[in-house]
Amino acid sequence: MINKVVSGADEAIRDIEDGMTLMLGGFGLCGIPENCINALIRKGAKELTCISNNAGVDDFGIGLLLQTRQVKKMISSYVGENSEFERQLLSGELEVELIPQGTLATRCMAAGYGMPAIFTPAGVGTEVAEGKETRIFNGKEYLMEYAFDADFALVKAWKGDTAGNLIFRSTSRNFNPVMATAGRITVAEVEHLVEAGELDPDQIHTPGVFVHRIFQGTDYEKRIEKRTVRQKES
Amino acid sequence: MLDKEGIARRIAKEIQDGYYVNLGIGIPTLVANYIPSNLEVVLQSENGLLGMGPFPIEGEEDADLINAGKQTITTLPGSSIFDSAMSFGMIRSQKIDLTILGAMEVSENGDIANWKIPGKMVKGMGGAMDLVASAKNIIVAMQHINKAGESKLLPKCTLPLTGVNCIKKVVTELAVLDILPEGGFKLIERAPGVGVDYIKAATLGKLFAADDVPEMQLN
Repeated sequence: MINKVVSGADEAIRDIEDGMTLMLGGFGLCGIPENCINALIRKGAKELTCISNNAGVDDFGIGLLLQTRQVKKMISSYVGENSEFERQLLSGELEVELIPQGTLATRCMAAGYGMPAIFTPAGVGTEVAEGKETRIFNGKEYLMEYAFDADFALVKAWKGDTAGNLIFRSTSRNFNPVMATAGRITVAEVEHLVEAGELDPDQIHTPGVFVHRIFQGTDYEKRIEKRTVRQKES
Repeated sequence: MLDKEGIARRIAKEIQDGYYVNLGIGIPTLVANYIPSNLEVVLQSENGLLGMGPFPIEGEEDADLINAGKQTITTLPGSSIFDSAMSFGMIRSQKIDLTILGAMEVSENGDIANWKIPGKMVKGMGGAMDLVASAKNIIVAMQHINKAGESKLLPKCTLPLTGVNCIKKVVTELAVLDILPEGGFKLIERAPGVGVDYIKAATLGKLFAADDVPEMQLN
Protein backbone atom coordinates (compact mmCIF):
# COMPACT_ATOMS: atom_id res chain seq x y z
CA MET A 1 0.00 0.00 0.00
CA ILE A 2 1.14 3.53 -0.74
CA ASN A 3 2.02 5.18 2.52
CA LYS A 4 0.38 8.62 2.95
CA VAL A 5 1.53 9.31 6.49
CA VAL A 6 3.22 12.60 7.36
CA SER A 7 4.63 13.59 10.74
CA GLY A 8 1.95 16.08 11.70
CA ALA A 9 -0.07 19.14 10.77
CA ASP A 10 2.91 21.40 10.06
CA GLU A 11 4.35 19.00 7.50
CA ALA A 12 0.91 18.30 6.04
CA ILE A 13 0.21 21.96 5.24
CA ARG A 14 3.84 23.02 4.59
CA ASP A 15 3.12 24.18 1.02
CA ILE A 16 -0.07 26.15 1.60
CA GLU A 17 0.85 29.54 0.16
CA ASP A 18 -0.64 33.02 0.36
CA GLY A 19 -3.71 33.42 -1.83
CA MET A 20 -4.63 29.75 -2.03
CA THR A 21 -8.15 28.32 -1.89
CA LEU A 22 -8.84 25.83 0.90
CA MET A 23 -11.77 23.60 1.74
CA LEU A 24 -12.24 22.98 5.45
CA GLY A 25 -14.54 20.20 6.63
CA GLY A 26 -16.95 20.43 9.53
CA PHE A 27 -20.40 21.68 10.40
CA GLY A 28 -20.36 24.34 13.08
CA LEU A 29 -17.52 23.20 15.33
CA CYS A 30 -18.33 19.53 14.74
CA GLY A 31 -15.71 17.63 12.75
CA ILE A 32 -13.43 20.58 12.01
CA PRO A 33 -9.72 20.03 11.25
CA GLU A 34 -8.48 21.57 14.51
CA ASN A 35 -4.82 20.58 14.05
CA CYS A 36 -4.62 21.96 10.50
CA ILE A 37 -6.21 25.26 11.56
CA ASN A 38 -3.66 25.68 14.34
CA ALA A 39 -0.83 24.82 11.91
CA LEU A 40 -2.14 27.42 9.45
CA ILE A 41 -1.93 30.05 12.16
CA ARG A 42 1.67 29.00 12.90
CA LYS A 43 2.53 29.13 9.20
CA GLY A 44 0.80 32.46 8.71
CA ALA A 45 -0.35 31.97 5.12
CA LYS A 46 -2.51 34.97 4.19
CA GLU A 47 -5.12 36.08 1.67
CA LEU A 48 -6.76 32.67 1.89
CA THR A 49 -10.09 31.82 0.35
CA CYS A 50 -11.84 29.37 2.67
CA ILE A 51 -14.68 27.15 1.54
CA SER A 52 -16.41 25.96 4.68
CA ASN A 53 -20.04 25.67 5.69
CA ASN A 54 -19.49 27.91 8.72
CA ALA A 55 -16.83 30.29 9.97
CA GLY A 56 -16.38 28.91 13.46
CA VAL A 57 -16.93 31.03 16.54
CA ASP A 58 -14.88 34.03 17.65
CA ASP A 59 -12.23 32.03 19.48
CA PHE A 60 -12.34 28.58 17.87
CA GLY A 61 -12.27 26.98 14.46
CA ILE A 62 -12.01 29.28 11.46
CA GLY A 63 -12.73 32.16 13.82
CA LEU A 64 -9.07 31.88 14.85
CA LEU A 65 -7.97 32.47 11.23
CA LEU A 66 -10.23 35.52 11.06
CA GLN A 67 -8.66 36.95 14.21
CA THR A 68 -5.22 36.68 12.61
CA ARG A 69 -6.58 38.26 9.39
CA GLN A 70 -5.44 35.35 7.25
CA VAL A 71 -8.72 35.04 5.39
CA LYS A 72 -9.49 37.18 2.37
CA LYS A 73 -12.72 35.48 1.40
CA MET A 74 -15.17 33.02 2.93
CA ILE A 75 -17.50 30.85 0.89
CA SER A 76 -20.07 29.56 3.37
CA SER A 77 -23.77 28.91 3.88
CA TYR A 78 -24.20 30.13 7.46
CA VAL A 79 -21.98 32.40 9.49
CA GLY A 80 -24.35 33.48 12.26
CA GLU A 81 -22.26 32.38 15.24
CA ASN A 82 -19.27 34.64 14.70
CA SER A 83 -19.37 38.33 15.64
CA GLU A 84 -15.79 38.99 14.43
CA PHE A 85 -16.86 37.63 11.05
CA GLU A 86 -19.88 39.93 10.96
CA ARG A 87 -17.72 42.90 11.96
CA GLN A 88 -15.09 42.25 9.25
CA LEU A 89 -17.80 41.72 6.68
CA LEU A 90 -19.79 44.86 7.44
CA SER A 91 -16.56 46.92 7.51
CA GLY A 92 -15.50 45.52 4.14
CA GLU A 93 -12.31 43.82 5.39
CA LEU A 94 -13.60 40.40 4.46
CA GLU A 95 -15.23 39.20 1.27
CA VAL A 96 -18.00 36.67 1.65
CA GLU A 97 -20.01 34.58 -0.73
CA LEU A 98 -23.04 33.05 0.95
CA ILE A 99 -24.41 30.08 -0.94
CA PRO A 100 -27.03 27.45 -0.12
CA GLN A 101 -25.72 24.58 1.99
CA GLY A 102 -26.72 21.91 -0.50
CA THR A 103 -25.12 23.88 -3.31
CA LEU A 104 -21.91 24.09 -1.28
CA ALA A 105 -21.88 20.33 -0.69
CA THR A 106 -22.72 19.52 -4.28
CA ARG A 107 -20.10 21.87 -5.75
CA CYS A 108 -17.55 19.96 -3.64
CA MET A 109 -19.00 16.67 -4.81
CA ALA A 110 -18.85 17.76 -8.44
CA ALA A 111 -15.14 18.56 -8.05
CA GLY A 112 -14.45 15.16 -6.53
CA TYR A 113 -16.53 13.31 -9.10
CA GLY A 114 -14.94 15.02 -12.09
CA MET A 115 -18.02 16.99 -13.16
CA PRO A 116 -17.51 20.64 -14.13
CA ALA A 117 -20.93 21.84 -13.02
CA ILE A 118 -24.26 20.79 -11.55
CA PHE A 119 -27.83 22.05 -11.80
CA THR A 120 -29.83 22.83 -8.69
CA PRO A 121 -33.15 24.56 -8.02
CA ALA A 122 -31.77 26.13 -4.80
CA GLY A 123 -31.69 29.91 -5.13
CA VAL A 124 -33.80 30.24 -8.28
CA GLY A 125 -35.56 33.61 -8.19
CA THR A 126 -33.29 34.93 -5.40
CA GLU A 127 -30.14 37.05 -5.37
CA VAL A 128 -28.11 33.81 -5.39
CA ALA A 129 -29.23 33.38 -9.01
CA GLU A 130 -27.88 36.75 -10.17
CA GLY A 131 -25.57 36.38 -13.16
CA LYS A 132 -25.93 32.61 -13.29
CA GLU A 133 -26.90 30.50 -16.26
CA THR A 134 -30.25 28.74 -15.88
CA ARG A 135 -31.86 25.82 -17.64
CA ILE A 136 -35.38 24.43 -17.63
CA PHE A 137 -35.70 20.68 -17.10
CA ASN A 138 -39.18 19.11 -17.08
CA GLY A 139 -40.75 22.52 -16.66
CA LYS A 140 -38.68 23.53 -13.61
CA GLU A 141 -35.90 26.10 -13.53
CA TYR A 142 -32.40 25.21 -12.30
CA LEU A 143 -29.21 27.18 -11.71
CA MET A 144 -25.92 26.01 -13.13
CA GLU A 145 -23.32 25.95 -10.37
CA TYR A 146 -19.66 25.23 -11.02
CA ALA A 147 -17.50 22.65 -9.31
CA PHE A 148 -15.12 24.20 -6.79
CA ASP A 149 -11.43 24.28 -7.54
CA ALA A 150 -9.54 24.10 -4.25
CA ASP A 151 -5.77 23.88 -3.82
CA PHE A 152 -6.19 21.99 -0.55
CA ALA A 153 -8.97 20.17 1.26
CA LEU A 154 -8.41 19.89 5.01
CA VAL A 155 -10.60 17.24 6.61
CA LYS A 156 -10.95 15.56 9.96
CA ALA A 157 -11.81 11.88 10.35
CA TRP A 158 -12.25 9.60 13.32
CA LYS A 159 -10.09 6.76 12.06
CA GLY A 160 -7.71 6.51 9.17
CA ASP A 161 -5.07 4.08 8.01
CA THR A 162 -1.61 4.56 6.56
CA ALA A 163 -3.06 4.14 3.04
CA GLY A 164 -5.30 7.18 3.61
CA ASN A 165 -8.60 5.33 3.99
CA LEU A 166 -10.97 7.23 6.26
CA ILE A 167 -13.87 6.46 8.57
CA PHE A 168 -15.91 9.27 10.08
CA ARG A 169 -17.85 9.19 13.32
CA SER A 170 -21.46 10.26 13.79
CA THR A 171 -22.48 13.69 12.47
CA SER A 172 -18.87 14.87 12.41
CA ARG A 173 -18.94 13.25 8.97
CA ASN A 174 -20.90 16.18 7.42
CA PHE A 175 -18.81 17.90 4.72
CA ASN A 176 -15.61 15.96 5.42
CA PRO A 177 -15.96 13.03 2.99
CA VAL A 178 -17.33 15.30 0.28
CA MET A 179 -14.44 17.73 0.57
CA ALA A 180 -11.94 14.89 0.89
CA THR A 181 -12.71 13.92 -2.70
CA ALA A 182 -12.31 17.48 -3.95
CA GLY A 183 -8.91 18.96 -3.04
CA ARG A 184 -5.99 19.07 -5.45
CA ILE A 185 -4.20 18.00 -2.30
CA THR A 186 -6.32 16.47 0.45
CA VAL A 187 -4.99 16.42 3.99
CA ALA A 188 -6.71 14.23 6.55
CA GLU A 189 -6.14 14.53 10.28
CA VAL A 190 -7.45 11.63 12.31
CA GLU A 191 -8.12 10.80 15.95
CA HIS A 192 -6.85 7.26 15.45
CA LEU A 193 -4.24 6.38 12.85
CA VAL A 194 -3.87 2.64 12.25
CA GLU A 195 -1.89 0.38 9.92
CA ALA A 196 -3.32 -0.46 6.50
CA GLY A 197 -5.29 -3.65 6.90
CA GLU A 198 -6.72 -2.81 10.30
CA LEU A 199 -9.86 -1.15 8.91
CA ASP A 200 -12.60 -3.26 7.36
CA PRO A 201 -12.73 -2.32 3.63
CA ASP A 202 -16.52 -2.52 3.77
CA GLN A 203 -16.64 0.23 6.39
CA ILE A 204 -14.44 2.81 4.64
CA HIS A 205 -16.23 6.10 3.91
CA THR A 206 -13.41 7.74 1.92
CA PRO A 207 -11.07 5.55 -0.15
CA GLY A 208 -7.41 6.41 0.29
CA VAL A 209 -7.00 7.34 -3.37
CA PHE A 210 -8.54 10.73 -2.54
CA VAL A 211 -6.21 11.39 0.39
CA HIS A 212 -2.68 12.64 -0.22
CA ARG A 213 -1.47 13.15 3.33
CA ILE A 214 -2.68 11.75 6.63
CA PHE A 215 -1.51 12.28 10.17
CA GLN A 216 -2.34 11.40 13.74
CA GLY A 217 -4.00 14.49 15.24
CA THR A 218 -3.30 15.59 18.81
CA ASP A 219 -4.95 17.53 21.64
CA TYR A 220 -8.47 17.56 20.23
CA GLU A 221 -10.72 19.98 22.07
CA LYS A 222 -13.90 19.01 20.17
CA ARG A 223 -15.73 21.98 21.59
CA ILE A 224 -19.53 21.78 21.80
CA GLU A 225 -21.22 24.87 20.37
CA LYS A 226 -24.66 24.43 21.95
CA ARG A 227 -24.76 21.99 24.83
CA THR A 228 -28.37 20.91 25.19
CA VAL A 229 -29.39 18.19 27.65
CA ARG A 230 -32.42 16.78 29.40
CA GLN A 231 -32.76 15.54 32.94
CA LYS A 232 -32.83 11.84 33.64
CA GLU A 233 -36.43 10.69 33.92
CA SER A 234 -37.16 9.33 37.36
CA MET B 1 -54.03 33.79 20.44
CA LEU B 2 -51.39 31.09 20.56
CA ASP B 3 -47.95 31.13 22.11
CA LYS B 4 -45.00 29.48 20.35
CA GLU B 5 -45.82 26.12 21.90
CA GLY B 6 -49.37 26.47 20.61
CA ILE B 7 -48.15 27.11 17.07
CA ALA B 8 -45.95 24.02 17.35
CA ARG B 9 -48.88 21.94 18.68
CA ARG B 10 -51.09 22.99 15.78
CA ILE B 11 -48.41 22.21 13.18
CA ALA B 12 -47.80 18.80 14.72
CA LYS B 13 -51.33 17.88 13.61
CA GLU B 14 -50.18 18.15 9.98
CA ILE B 15 -47.68 15.32 10.43
CA GLN B 16 -48.84 11.94 9.21
CA ASP B 17 -47.76 8.42 9.99
CA GLY B 18 -44.70 7.40 7.97
CA TYR B 19 -43.50 10.92 7.27
CA TYR B 20 -39.87 11.96 6.99
CA VAL B 21 -39.80 15.54 8.32
CA ASN B 22 -37.22 18.32 8.36
CA LEU B 23 -37.65 20.82 11.18
CA GLY B 24 -36.00 24.23 11.00
CA ILE B 25 -34.61 26.28 13.87
CA GLY B 26 -36.93 28.14 16.28
CA ILE B 27 -40.63 27.29 16.59
CA PRO B 28 -40.29 24.35 14.14
CA THR B 29 -37.91 22.62 16.57
CA LEU B 30 -40.69 22.64 19.19
CA VAL B 31 -42.96 20.66 16.86
CA ALA B 32 -41.01 17.50 17.71
CA ASN B 33 -42.41 17.65 21.25
CA TYR B 34 -46.01 17.35 20.01
CA ILE B 35 -45.83 14.53 17.46
CA PRO B 36 -48.29 11.88 18.70
CA SER B 37 -46.41 8.84 20.00
CA ASN B 38 -48.56 6.45 17.97
CA LEU B 39 -47.13 7.84 14.71
CA GLU B 40 -43.92 6.56 13.12
CA VAL B 41 -42.16 9.77 12.12
CA VAL B 42 -38.48 10.19 11.22
CA LEU B 43 -36.85 13.58 11.73
CA GLN B 44 -34.11 14.63 9.33
CA SER B 45 -31.33 16.96 10.37
CA GLU B 46 -29.66 18.29 7.24
CA ASN B 47 -26.15 18.16 8.67
CA GLY B 48 -26.45 14.44 8.10
CA LEU B 49 -28.85 12.47 10.29
CA LEU B 50 -32.13 10.65 9.85
CA GLY B 51 -33.84 9.61 13.06
CA MET B 52 -33.01 12.49 15.37
CA GLY B 53 -33.73 11.66 19.00
CA PRO B 54 -34.17 13.89 22.06
CA PHE B 55 -31.42 15.88 23.76
CA PRO B 56 -28.95 13.64 25.61
CA ILE B 57 -29.19 13.04 29.32
CA GLU B 58 -26.81 15.35 31.14
CA GLY B 59 -23.31 13.91 31.06
CA GLU B 60 -23.92 11.91 27.89
CA GLU B 61 -23.41 14.75 25.38
CA ASP B 62 -21.31 13.79 22.37
CA ALA B 63 -19.46 16.57 20.52
CA ASP B 64 -19.69 14.49 17.33
CA LEU B 65 -23.49 14.23 17.47
CA ILE B 66 -25.35 17.46 16.82
CA ASN B 67 -28.36 18.66 14.85
CA ALA B 68 -28.59 21.40 12.23
CA GLY B 69 -29.00 23.95 15.02
CA LYS B 70 -25.63 22.76 16.45
CA GLN B 71 -27.37 21.38 19.55
CA THR B 72 -26.23 18.12 21.11
CA ILE B 73 -28.78 15.39 20.37
CA THR B 74 -29.12 11.61 20.29
CA THR B 75 -29.89 8.95 17.71
CA LEU B 76 -32.76 6.47 17.85
CA PRO B 77 -33.00 2.79 16.89
CA GLY B 78 -33.01 2.82 13.08
CA SER B 79 -31.13 6.11 12.74
CA SER B 80 -28.65 6.65 9.93
CA ILE B 81 -25.78 9.07 9.37
CA PHE B 82 -24.61 10.40 6.00
CA ASP B 83 -22.58 13.18 4.45
CA SER B 84 -23.80 16.64 3.43
CA ALA B 85 -24.05 15.86 -0.30
CA MET B 86 -26.28 12.87 0.35
CA SER B 87 -28.31 14.86 2.85
CA PHE B 88 -29.22 17.46 0.25
CA GLY B 89 -29.60 14.72 -2.33
CA MET B 90 -32.51 13.28 -0.36
CA ILE B 91 -33.95 16.78 0.02
CA ARG B 92 -33.64 17.62 -3.69
CA SER B 93 -35.09 14.28 -4.77
CA GLN B 94 -38.09 14.84 -2.49
CA LYS B 95 -37.56 11.92 -0.15
CA ILE B 96 -38.45 14.25 2.71
CA ASP B 97 -42.24 14.51 3.00
CA LEU B 98 -42.59 17.71 4.97
CA THR B 99 -40.44 20.74 5.71
CA ILE B 100 -41.32 23.11 8.54
CA LEU B 101 -39.41 26.36 8.83
CA GLY B 102 -39.56 29.87 10.20
CA ALA B 103 -39.83 33.07 8.16
CA MET B 104 -39.49 36.83 8.39
CA GLU B 105 -41.95 37.39 5.53
CA VAL B 106 -44.27 35.30 3.36
CA SER B 107 -46.05 36.67 0.30
CA GLU B 108 -49.49 35.87 -1.06
CA ASN B 109 -47.94 33.93 -3.96
CA GLY B 110 -45.91 31.72 -1.63
CA ASP B 111 -42.55 33.51 -1.71
CA ILE B 112 -40.55 33.36 1.50
CA ALA B 113 -37.82 35.60 2.98
CA ASN B 114 -35.92 34.34 6.01
CA TRP B 115 -32.18 34.69 5.58
CA LYS B 116 -30.99 38.26 5.32
CA ILE B 117 -31.74 41.82 6.40
CA PRO B 118 -29.57 44.02 4.16
CA GLY B 119 -27.04 46.07 6.13
CA LYS B 120 -28.18 44.55 9.44
CA MET B 121 -28.13 40.82 9.69
CA VAL B 122 -25.62 38.70 7.82
CA LYS B 123 -26.05 35.11 8.81
CA GLY B 124 -26.69 33.20 5.62
CA MET B 125 -29.31 30.85 4.30
CA GLY B 126 -27.87 27.55 5.52
CA GLY B 127 -30.00 24.81 4.01
CA ALA B 128 -33.18 26.89 3.74
CA MET B 129 -32.87 27.70 0.02
CA ASP B 130 -32.29 24.06 -0.85
CA LEU B 131 -35.24 22.99 1.29
CA VAL B 132 -37.77 25.49 -0.08
CA ALA B 133 -36.67 24.95 -3.69
CA SER B 134 -37.23 21.21 -3.56
CA ALA B 135 -39.63 20.22 -0.78
CA LYS B 136 -43.05 19.07 -1.92
CA ASN B 137 -44.80 20.29 1.21
CA ILE B 138 -43.61 23.30 3.20
CA ILE B 139 -45.28 24.80 6.26
CA VAL B 140 -44.09 28.10 7.67
CA ALA B 141 -44.27 28.59 11.43
CA MET B 142 -44.02 32.24 12.41
CA GLN B 143 -45.52 35.21 14.19
CA HIS B 144 -48.25 36.94 12.17
CA ILE B 145 -46.91 40.38 13.11
CA ASN B 146 -43.28 41.44 13.60
CA LYS B 147 -41.85 43.26 16.60
CA ALA B 148 -42.53 46.62 14.92
CA GLY B 149 -46.22 45.71 14.69
CA GLU B 150 -46.17 45.12 10.93
CA SER B 151 -47.80 42.22 9.12
CA LYS B 152 -45.44 39.46 7.95
CA LEU B 153 -48.04 38.16 5.45
CA LEU B 154 -47.56 40.49 2.53
CA PRO B 155 -48.60 41.08 -1.09
CA LYS B 156 -44.89 40.91 -1.96
CA CYS B 157 -41.83 40.27 0.22
CA THR B 158 -39.63 43.29 0.91
CA LEU B 159 -36.58 41.35 2.17
CA PRO B 160 -34.25 39.28 -0.04
CA LEU B 161 -36.03 36.08 -1.02
CA THR B 162 -35.17 32.57 0.11
CA GLY B 163 -37.46 30.95 -2.45
CA VAL B 164 -40.30 31.78 -4.81
CA ASN B 165 -43.78 30.35 -5.08
CA CYS B 166 -43.04 27.49 -2.70
CA ILE B 167 -44.95 27.92 0.59
CA LYS B 168 -48.23 26.03 0.86
CA LYS B 169 -49.32 26.73 4.42
CA VAL B 170 -48.62 29.23 7.20
CA VAL B 171 -49.39 28.72 10.88
CA THR B 172 -49.18 31.78 13.14
CA GLU B 173 -50.32 32.76 16.62
CA LEU B 174 -53.56 33.95 15.01
CA ALA B 175 -54.44 31.54 12.25
CA VAL B 176 -53.84 28.68 9.87
CA LEU B 177 -53.73 29.90 6.28
CA ASP B 178 -53.30 28.08 2.99
CA ILE B 179 -51.65 29.81 0.07
CA LEU B 180 -53.83 29.36 -2.99
CA PRO B 181 -52.22 28.20 -6.26
CA GLU B 182 -53.64 31.30 -7.96
CA GLY B 183 -52.30 33.53 -5.16
CA GLY B 184 -53.73 34.83 -1.89
CA PHE B 185 -53.99 33.59 1.68
CA LYS B 186 -57.04 31.50 2.49
CA LEU B 187 -58.03 31.56 6.14
CA ILE B 188 -58.55 27.96 7.23
CA GLU B 189 -58.70 28.20 11.02
CA ARG B 190 -58.70 30.88 13.70
CA ALA B 191 -56.68 30.62 16.91
CA PRO B 192 -58.86 30.28 20.01
CA GLY B 193 -60.48 33.61 20.85
CA VAL B 194 -59.29 35.40 17.70
CA GLY B 195 -61.89 36.91 15.36
CA VAL B 196 -61.80 36.96 11.56
CA ASP B 197 -61.69 40.78 11.51
CA TYR B 198 -58.60 40.77 13.72
CA ILE B 199 -56.85 38.38 11.34
CA LYS B 200 -57.91 40.48 8.35
CA ALA B 201 -56.42 43.57 9.96
CA ALA B 202 -53.16 41.72 10.68
CA THR B 203 -52.77 40.42 7.11
CA LEU B 204 -51.48 42.82 4.50
CA GLY B 205 -51.57 40.32 1.63
CA LYS B 206 -54.77 39.33 -0.14
CA LEU B 207 -56.89 37.33 2.31
CA PHE B 208 -59.85 35.13 1.51
CA ALA B 209 -61.97 34.44 4.57
CA ALA B 210 -65.40 32.88 4.84
CA ASP B 211 -67.83 34.41 7.33
CA ASP B 212 -67.67 31.33 9.45
CA VAL B 213 -64.11 30.11 9.98
CA PRO B 214 -63.61 27.24 12.43
CA GLU B 215 -61.50 27.61 15.53
CA MET B 216 -58.33 25.52 15.81
CA GLN B 217 -58.57 22.27 17.72
CA LEU B 218 -55.41 21.65 19.69
CA ASN B 219 -54.96 18.19 21.10
